[in-house]
Amino acid sequence: MDSILIIALATMGGLGFIFAGGLAFADKKLRVEENPLIAKVNELLPNANCGACGNAGCYDFAFKVVNDKAAPISCPVCDEETASEIARLVGSDVGNTVKYLPRILCRGGVDKAKSKDVFYAGPSSCALMEIVSGGNKKCSYGCLGGGDCVNACKFNAIYMSEDKLPVIIEELCKGCGLCAQACPLGIIEMHPADRDLFVYCKNHDDPKTSKENCSAACIGCGICSRNSNGAIEIIDNLAVIHYELLNSLEIPIEKCPTHAINKVEKVTTSTN
Amino acid sequence: MRITFKGGVHPTEMKELSLEKAFEFLPIPNQIYLPLSQHAGKPARLIKKKGDTVKKGEMIAEPDGFISAPVHSPITGIINRVSSITTLNRTRTNAVIINRNDNDEEDFMVPLNTESVTRQEIIERVKLAGIVGQGGAAFPTYVKLSPPSDKKIDYVIINACECEPYLTRDFRLLLEKTVELIAGLKLILKATGVSTGIIGIEDNKPEAIKKLSSHLKEEKNIFLKVLKTKYPQGAEKMLIKAVTGREVPPGKLPFDVGCIIQNVGTAILVYYSVAKGEPQINAFLTVSGLGINNPKNLVVPIGTPLKNIIDYCGGLKETARKIIAGGPMMGYAQFDLNSPVSKATSGILVLTEKEASRTKESNCLNCGKCLSVCPLNLAPTRLYKLTRFSKFEEAIDMGIQSCMECGTCAYNCPAGIPLVQWIRFGKLKSLALLKQRTN
Repeated sequence: MDSILIIALATMGGLGFIFAGGLAFADKKLRVEENPLIAKVNELLPNANCGACGNAGCYDFAFKVVNDKAAPISCPVCDEETASEIARLVGSDVGNTVKYLPRILCRGGVDKAKSKDVFYAGPSSCALMEIVSGGNKKCSYGCLGGGDCVNACKFNAIYMSEDKLPVIIEELCKGCGLCAQACPLGIIEMHPADRDLFVYCKNHDDPKTSKENCSAACIGCGICSRNSNGAIEIIDNLAVIHYELLNSLEIPIEKCPTHAINKVEKVTTSTN
Repeated sequence: MRITFKGGVHPTEMKELSLEKAFEFLPIPNQIYLPLSQHAGKPARLIKKKGDTVKKGEMIAEPDGFISAPVHSPITGIINRVSSITTLNRTRTNAVIINRNDNDEEDFMVPLNTESVTRQEIIERVKLAGIVGQGGAAFPTYVKLSPPSDKKIDYVIINACECEPYLTRDFRLLLEKTVELIAGLKLILKATGVSTGIIGIEDNKPEAIKKLSSHLKEEKNIFLKVLKTKYPQGAEKMLIKAVTGREVPPGKLPFDVGCIIQNVGTAILVYYSVAKGEPQINAFLTVSGLGINNPKNLVVPIGTPLKNIIDYCGGLKETARKIIAGGPMMGYAQFDLNSPVSKATSGILVLTEKEASRTKESNCLNCGKCLSVCPLNLAPTRLYKLTRFSKFEEAIDMGIQSCMECGTCAYNCPAGIPLVQWIRFGKLKSLALLKQRTN
């Protein structure tokens, strides 16, 4: 009996020894050196994997920050404090980028935009409405109210108002731009946060039709462009602002008959 | 057993509503909206301007690029203005608004002799006449008449299936314009240099079959094939499979298996353009459904707003709920009665609550009913789920781009899921992805 015990112990012990040796060898010879900085940077990043920086995810971005010296601030979600901490860690410059915010360029809520005489009964996603009937509004350029932008936001910074128009909560918004990509009609645009004058309409219909369809539409009358020194141009029945020429004090926004051109109204408290 | 393809469904035909109604000409409307894009490919380029007088049959917009078609004025009048409108298939395009004046002058092309006309002359004439496929996709016909020289074409197949419920346009054309159809087919055979012509027809049109076979007695190289009545028998790939037994591989065209498919209406238009010099200025269409007072088959000038047609047919009944341009399976629901008819419009249907009823949408049961009927052997339920969860790469691998949106799966879905709407969205997204990949 004793001999069986000894044999078993010896074989198991021997095998264990051989495998341990193999592992020790592999650990020394096949080791992949990874810069520990990457893991540290990755920890500081928001880890939302939103892809707004243009990389596959936060880890990918951290790898580029450490190895290719990418500017930490090109993560639009990081605030400046985090970015400078990452810069301190990897010993590079913070880089300077402007904070961007999405602007919803449609004010045609349910009370302002007229509805078609028909009723859409399919799935309530903007992208799907857009391919069949363009939703329930008569204006075919306006917000469909299906909430694709709300679903796209990873930071709960958008909600649908009672008007069936999305509202951005600027405090929560990180400026990643996913909502702008999700909008099939291109109503959401990313603008530097300090811009405060916008044309809240995307309608290219002729003035008569657009006035009929929505009381908040830009009708292309051109009052705003008259004294703007070329900063505002009427292109295809819609006022377009050239921001590099703009002096917003010169624009008579109060004269706009439909208030389509207007200053930003900040939504600071979340009501939802 | 009649020859056919695998899969498919047989919806209630409802063709009896307009089956016996001979074609009538719609009174010429006072104002028409002529879209510049009524065909697949680039929109035509306007060559007239505001205030110009145009005659019936005069070209007002020329083709822009290889796949494009000219647009001719269907009425004599003055160009009022150019405006952006939504067409029946929900694309936005510029339209020329023409106000009719009292003298109805015609300006057609010179008629050609159908016997002595050459191959090139036919193709050139079809191109100038702006003829597009009448099947629905509105592909410019002259492109289909000039196959690549390395492809050997064996058959020209005339699609006389009309598998969509309600529509009786092709049936009436077969009865009323039999001679023109056969002459048109002969011209197509001549233009493409093919010796054999086949007319494929479903067995629910016995009168048309009788008339065709009596006319085809003396023809040695034109044959009639009677097919089982089933939707979508009139789809290009299904028709080729049923008639010749050949299968068109995914992403390939009928050219690649030696076939050219033309619709009944297209063949008749080819004949008119050559023999009478008439460009495509009219659309043949069926106005039907339980929601309209007098269902009819009509010849309508292109650009006529829907409301003129509906008024001519006695107006809407109170029970009318849904208006569709095209057939009930593949047509587009309409929301604006000012939208104009275009070259390839095949019907206008006014459906009642009962006809357009929807099952309330619920979750997918994984029952597989959509798989058993898909004529292309796709898995609609998988494509729908992949699209819904944005897995477009996988959807491409599952063959989402092959889907022809025939609607057989959605028709058969017991859970009422709008499968085609989702798949169409998935197709758009995956096409963008494929384009990105090649760049």
